[in-house]
Amino acid sequence: MRIALMSDIHGNRQAFEACLAHAEGLAPDRYAILGDLVGYGADPDWVVDRVREMVGRGAIALLGNHDEAVLAGQGDLNAAATVAMLWTRQRLGAPALDFLGALPLAVEEEDRLYVHAEASAPQRWHYVLDADDARRSLEATDQRLTFCGHTHIPRLFGITAAEKLMAFHPVSAVPVPLRRPRRWLAVLGAVGQPRDGNPAACYAVFDTESQELAWHRVPYDVAGAAAAILAAGLPEMLATRLYGGH
Amino acid sequence: MVRPRLAPATTIDGFTLETVVHHGSMALLWSVTHPDHPGPLLMKLPRLFEGEDPATIVSFEMEQMILPRLSGPHVPRCIAIGDFTRQPYIVMERVPGASLYGRLEALPRPIEEVVETGIAVATALDAVHRQHVVHLDLKPSNVILRPDGVAVLVDFGLSRHDQLPDLMEEEFRLPYGTAPYMAPEQVMRIRDEPASDLFALGAMLAFFTTGVRPFGDPQRLANLRRRLWRDPVPPRALRPDCPPWLQEVILRCLEVEPRSRYASAAQLAFALRHPEQVPLTARAAKLRRDGWAAVLRRRFNPAWQPQLRRPSLAGALAAAPIIAVAIDLTDQPPALAEALRATVGHVLATVPGARLACLNVLRQNRIAPDQSLDPEGHNKHLQRLAELRHWAAPLGLAEARVTFHVLEAVSPADALLDYLRQNPVDHVVLGARTGSLRRKLLGSVSGEVAEKAPCTVTVVRPGQRGVPAEPPPPRHPA
Repeated sequence: MRIALMSDIHGNRQAFEACLAHAEGLAPDRYAILGDLVGYGADPDWVVDRVREMVGRGAIALLGNHDEAVLAGQGDLNAAATVAMLWTRQRLGAPALDFLGALPLAVEEEDRLYVHAEASAPQRWHYVLDADDARRSLEATDQRLTFCGHTHIPRLFGITAAEKLMAFHPVSAVPVPLRRPRRWLAVLGAVGQPRDGNPAACYAVFDTESQELAWHRVPYDVAGAAAAILAAGLPEMLATRLYGGH
Repeated sequence: MVRPRLAPATTIDGFTLETVVHHGSMALLWSVTHPDHPGPLLMKLPRLFEGEDPATIVSFEMEQMILPRLSGPHVPRCIAIGDFTRQPYIVMERVPGASLYGRLEALPRPIEEVVETGIAVATALDAVHRQHVVHLDLKPSNVILRPDGVAVLVDFGLSRHDQLPDLMEEEFRLPYGTAPYMAPEQVMRIRDEPASDLFALGAMLAFFTTGVRPFGDPQRLANLRRRLWRDPVPPRALRPDCPPWLQEVILRCLEVEPRSRYASAAQLAFALRHPEQVPLTARAAKLRRDGWAAVLRRRFNPAWQPQLRRPSLAGALAAAPIIAVAIDLTDQPPALAEALRATVGHVLATVPGARLACLNVLRQNRIAPDQSLDPEGHNKHLQRLAELRHWAAPLGLAEARVTFHVLEAVSPADALLDYLRQNPVDHVVLGARTGSLRRKLLGSVSGEVAEKAPCTVTVVRPGQRGVPAEPPPPRHPA
């Protein structure tokens, strides 16, 4: 089974569409959307509708911290993100808010855990940025593989035979074997707001047969997404940061 | 983890064990058969019970990651991988032929054989480096020569894939490798340097040439580090008939700083194939090791810090291509010669690590087996070489960056294609044949090369803006 994993879409329709089109070419058997459907971008309603439709067809979708903040009307967000959150809250209709409100924090499936942030306390929204974070997260679950998002920076962490933890920056489209019995934590990178200096949208595909995970970088209409953010009256830096991917 | 002892006739995932063909320190090699896979096949099984050194497991995991991603004649074909949850194994092609280990019984080796071995192994390293892998444990026992002379690299347990996680790096404080062949940067635990393999090959070639390991076989880390400041005995001091050019090549491979070695395995193979074009430096003339004053300065002067770290494998390879240019010295219009030179100049200016091979085809009307005996042919050959040098002079290239080759052949296109297939050229630049009548009669050399060359091809036309275009000539049948 091939699973397309997408996280941190953040209302960026252009990036999400490009990733979906790219993923269709790889014919995944299912989709998993690991949270932060909204916040920052100008098309949260379109993104939520699309994910809702995908969930109707069997996709997994999780709650992220921006989704939670939109539901609550508050959250631990910076100034620009707060503006976007309040704007998104007004923009979304009741069905969309209901859908977000029903999303789970984590889903387990076979030997896999899907979660938006660090798994020891999912709702505290800790980042998995370094080896210590990764170890805490991996120790909090019995699942062999953890897939998360939240940091917008693609990374792979693994616990090796001598219980050491290794970190790796994945290379686009090069499948990495997540071999048994090692335990791995994969941070997906963002569909809608990459922050690793590469403006291309990022998602990943996991093949349960070969146990290989490949991150993919997908170029998309950054100018279109940025123009939509400006047209919506959202903070300018939310548009400009998309160009540099930071 | 208690597993049943493996015995002949045991079947694992359809593979039937026959006999143990090799007891390694980290793994056993069994010959195996499988109804769906034509043999002969080998199954590699890690020795998990003896000592439980984590290095055994981790290096086996590395090989399981890397071997299936390699292809081509220079690696054993990977057939199947067995998971660590049940029985870890790797099934691969059993490469016919013997390893170079047997040669150590009769050292030193004939010079021609050393050179041939060097070409074969450098070619294999180039193939593996281009697939993003540094071997990092190159030694005679890890090189098998196929019956046709093609070198196959085996045992990727300590290797590094530039695009995959490095399990070894996190695992161990000590450098892993084989002491006589380990590069200085490997001693310092740098595991992503393709030139480490060139150092190991240089150490092998020095050993084959002289019968003496250039850095001995140190057993302790402190002694392993000596190679950072202590230079090896020059091969010619131990083997007077070692040609200066070969010493030049070997000592360049054994440079402490990776960037002072050959820029790529392909460039090393190229040098070994063209001894007459190896520029000789002080390395070639050296007959004794550096004096103690120099050695002590290197060892204790804090200002002397070798630069061991370079950009990644992909970057290093991309920065060191071999560019070939085919120059028609007989009926090439001056404008085309100039356009060719300008194009080559642009390419070389953008990649400072690139080297240039200037080619010319001396057409033969008949197949003459031994041109060197024919004084007229010999003179023509020398004249052509002089003309090639003249063509390249305006490029102002350092001697080490350019070589000149006159190929004697009946068909220019075949000669060029043969050269491109035999030499690891990345990019060939050649001119379009201009005269439409000649082209009609002789066919388009550039067209045929562009179609069949194993590398990037640039076909150059002199600027013709403002000149009424001729209708394109009909395409010559292949």
